[in-house]
Amino acid sequence: MTISEKIARGGFADPVFAAQTVFRAVMDAMARPGAVHGVSTDVRPPSPLNATAAAVALTLADADTPLWLGAELARSDAVRGWLSFHTAVPFAEFISHAGFAIVANPANVQPLSGFALGTQEYPDRSTTIIMQVETLTSGAPMTLSGPGIKGSRTIAPHPMPGHFKTQWRDINGHYPRGVDLVLASENAIACLPRTTRIGEREV
Amino acid sequence: MTIHTDDGLATYNFAYLDEQTKRMIRRAILKGIAIPGYQVPFASREMPMPYGWGTGGVQVTAAVIGPDDVLKVIDQGADDTTNAVSIRNFFAKVAEVETTTDTATASIIQTRHRIPEEKLKEGQILVYQVPIPEPLRFLEPRETETRKMHALSEYGLMHVKLYEDIAKNGHIATTYAYPVKVEGRYVMDPSPTPKFDNPKMHMSDALQLFGAGREKRIYAIPPHTDVVSLDFEDYPFEVQTFVEPCALCAAHGVYLDEVILDDKGGRMFVCSDTDHCEKRREGGHRGHLAGDARETAQ
Repeated sequence: MTISEKIARGGFADPVFAAQTVFRAVMDAMARPGAVHGVSTDVRPPSPLNATAAAVALTLADADTPLWLGAELARSDAVRGWLSFHTAVPFAEFISHAGFAIVANPANVQPLSGFALGTQEYPDRSTTIIMQVETLTSGAPMTLSGPGIKGSRTIAPHPMPGHFKTQWRDINGHYPRGVDLVLASENAIACLPRTTRIGEREV
Repeated sequence: MTIHTDDGLATYNFAYLDEQTKRMIRRAILKGIAIPGYQVPFASREMPMPYGWGTGGVQVTAAVIGPDDVLKVIDQGADDTTNAVSIRNFFAKVAEVETTTDTATASIIQTRHRIPEEKLKEGQILVYQVPIPEPLRFLEPRETETRKMHALSEYGLMHVKLYEDIAKNGHIATTYAYPVKVEGRYVMDPSPTPKFDNPKMHMSDALQLFGAGREKRIYAIPPHTDVVSLDFEDYPFEVQTFVEPCALCAAHGVYLDEVILDDKGGRMFVCSDTDHCEKRREGGHRGHLAGDARETAQ
């Protein structure tokens, strides 16, 4: 397959309803942090972009949202071309300018506080980071609490950024500024909005 | 997918809004959920209804709704008033969704100024129509200033306002649009719901979304979120109480509307939530003015 064929194929077959379905999964996941929501999608992006992260990007990104790609994805002309073709996103040169970011290997991601955190007046002008993970349930467990969580909830994504808990506590400290995470495995998502606190206790 | 007219011409996209507009609103909703109580600016569109008729709520509903949703719309608690009927018909037409008046079976409930009496469940979405989203607006008209006050969490002015209520009236006289603090951070306008409904926002199982079309703001409260009505230690927050029960279904502990019956001072108090009232009457509850079907027929 030529690169232009790879780029033109694999978008939503039925964009209106597919985007609505994926959006509802993301909205429910953002409203109930740590809850795992299955996402079945017909999207077939070029590797190493996974189908779930690609579906979230097709649902939310467009010409108004600068997108930043982690190193593994930025290296691939097919991935850049595919995202350009299907969403018309401009690519952000700096992580601090990104409306969205997609990271194929969270273990290598830049420090989270380097992304756009918004301002005290406009905390919404901040990066939503889509992180591709291998699993949402069989990594090291984290206990979550905060808005959207009745009591506490456990999630176990892998891989995650280095010193993630320390970095996340730092993000929590900037509230209402901050970043919001969408964790995307091959067939499911879970979200960590900036309000979610990660407990010390590991189960 | 597009909705077609009888002659086969495509007229508009599913749920009326174009996809780019939906994406913009969806992004605002997600940031609103991530920052509970913060008013996210959004590029509100003109809708085929005037401002003040729920254009904000309609845009939020249009961005969220899918073909499997069941929509309920209420106006001051009632399913059968003009605003509720026309918005319900709008979505039945432009999204071909099922509509209902039953609170329990609705997946999305769009509301103007009430929260249903029946407790909302996990998975339900309550969409509020909001006229003026800024709780500080009547105290400080400049957007630049109110934005700074939210940024610094500087809400002293709101407490002064409530204090002045007490100084003038002996109690907090604010009865609707009663300000709340969300998750200990943002002071938020719950839209002009009676303060009777404020406690239902606290730790609700449902997701609450707020849309203000003219003022171009969207905000949200995720489920299980702390929502506290502002008050003072010596003047704690209190909800309205009613002496009489509903005249039709005899319900206590619900919000009642006063209905004038004649020009001689006659009046009755009835449930503002029509669905709740009808279900109670079907269940055999009778208020003192309920009459019965046979009497009406005669």
